[in-house]
Amino acid sequence: MGSLQLKSIRKAFGSNEVLKGIDLEVKDGEFVIFVGPSGCGKSTLLRVIAGLEDATSGSIRIDGQEMATTPPAKRGIAMVFQSYALYPHLTVKDNMGLGLKQAGTEKGEIDTRVAKASGMLSLDPYLARRPAELSGGQRQRVAIGRAIVREPKLFLFDEPLSNLDAALRVQTRLEIAGLHRRLKATMIYVTHDQVEAMTLADKIVVLNAGAIEQIGSPMELYNKPANVFVAGFIGSPQMNFIPAEKLGQSGAKTIGVRPEHVALSRESGDWKGKVIHVEHLGADTIVYLETEATGLLTVRLFGEHAYAPDDVVFATPDRASLHRFDANDRAIV
Amino acid sequence: MSKARSAPVRAAFIHLALIAYTLVALFPVFLTLVNSFKSRSAIFSQPMALPTPSTFSLIGYQTVLSQGNFVGYFQNSLIVTVASIALVLLFGAMAAFALSEYRFRGNTLMGLYLALGIMIPIRLGTVAILQGMVAAGLVNTLTSLILVYTAQGLPLAIFILSEFMRTVSDDLKSAGRIDGLSEYAIFFRLVLPLVRPAMATVAVFTMIPIWNDLWFPLILAPGEATKTVTLGAQMFIGQFVTNWNAVLSALSLAILPVMVLYVIFSRQLIRGITSGAVK
Repeated sequence: MGSLQLKSIRKAFGSNEVLKGIDLEVKDGEFVIFVGPSGCGKSTLLRVIAGLEDATSGSIRIDGQEMATTPPAKRGIAMVFQSYALYPHLTVKDNMGLGLKQAGTEKGEIDTRVAKASGMLSLDPYLARRPAELSGGQRQRVAIGRAIVREPKLFLFDEPLSNLDAALRVQTRLEIAGLHRRLKATMIYVTHDQVEAMTLADKIVVLNAGAIEQIGSPMELYNKPANVFVAGFIGSPQMNFIPAEKLGQSGAKTIGVRPEHVALSRESGDWKGKVIHVEHLGADTIVYLETEATGLLTVRLFGEHAYAPDDVVFATPDRASLHRFDANDRAIV
Repeated sequence: MSKARSAPVRAAFIHLALIAYTLVALFPVFLTLVNSFKSRSAIFSQPMALPTPSTFSLIGYQTVLSQGNFVGYFQNSLIVTVASIALVLLFGAMAAFALSEYRFRGNTLMGLYLALGIMIPIRLGTVAILQGMVAAGLVNTLTSLILVYTAQGLPLAIFILSEFMRTVSDDLKSAGRIDGLSEYAIFFRLVLPLVRPAMATVAVFTMIPIWNDLWFPLILAPGEATKTVTLGAQMFIGQFVTNWNAVLSALSLAILPVMVLYVIFSRQLIRGITSGAVK
């Protein structure tokens, strides 16, 4: 069990409005990711759901129950923090068991649950250690274990992978994905990393400046971005935006085309241009062009290609994959 | 000159300066200690000399321990100092936690108000304090001293501790709240252990002026039963004759407890730094 309804959540610090009316429905067992640039209010929203901040107005319901006046410990949630936030004076085992102990759970039950969680995260050899004696990855696993032990209705993750190095990040990401499959729990996850968002989420919530830009599955956001912001935020390298009038198209203000939806040829094509820079990534080759028609254009080619700066090339966009945006930056469907 | 060669020269100068400062700072202590072990005539004839078998004398210590109630004075000083430090640390840390952790109307103003005492010496209020103590019937009690010293120590304690508490990870406190710890538990079990080095600093800064103070014991608690060590040592200083042996011996003895307390706190200072909480 674990559903969440947010209704017109507003949060202001003094005169500074951080959340401007958030409506959101999360179903039981969903993995929802809040993504957006820094300062967009995603962490604040998570803290409001956790009860660490009070919303200025609006209603929060977990499993249908109004939570506005419920303290964090009684909301049936567990949270994993970016900085791990382990209790430095407690062993791994006590760190994981503290929440249950505070709630008055009997000792046998705590031990079973801690054992189960530590087994799941392969933390058994470290149970007697203190956080200072663990590596970053191990500390984050303990923090995740602390959340699992509580058997919450709602898991909240606040940028849990940001402090880990790249290899560890991929590994922990897989672990979290596996955990979600096994526990079938509702998870809400905040990140500014769109790769994490695309790979983990059932549903992505794109936030910008305290408001929701779009809610959808990763592929919906990729294929049908609702506006220029979402189109630019999802996908890497970023989508190319070209003023429509330069291409002689009417009825739209901006045309968007993803770098992977442009073909390059040395002989012929729609837009003639000159190569400025090439990035060889092995699996991909990213080519930056300066064309008369579009200005700077990023093209992503699969596999290895022998383009070099100053080469003259022709680019042709895939007509079916063009995105059209109106004067208000909204997508034209 | 290359950097590698100039480094030892610079280090030597730095050490020279530090050694010079140490000598200046320790000289009065040295003089007091040395002369407390000499006979009266030796103190005056050769104040700088170390005690030799012919000038060595324990007459000062004998006078101090036989005359007056020095053990009692020590006890008074210890009670006042330890109780004041404890209260300053407890209330100072609590106020600092409230100021750094909670957003409420007038937070900044309250912080400034509490820090005001750093700039205004408490002795300016002596007359009012005395009147208050008389009215409350607290004159000639250790309580009066403890109250005054607690008030005197709080501003600096709050100032230092609130700065330190701002550095304690918010996530840690949030994690505690989600795990159902009360605000008191978060304060005592999560935050206090992490600011222990700052607490030790505050304790040292609070302790020394209290132990050495002559002003308030003289005014608020001059009675025989409540005399502190510094006040007790005054009885050997007369208008016409001063018993230097006794004065120097009393002062030498008075150094000891402060040193013990200092060693305890400085241990904490070092130990506090080595605990790893968050990355």
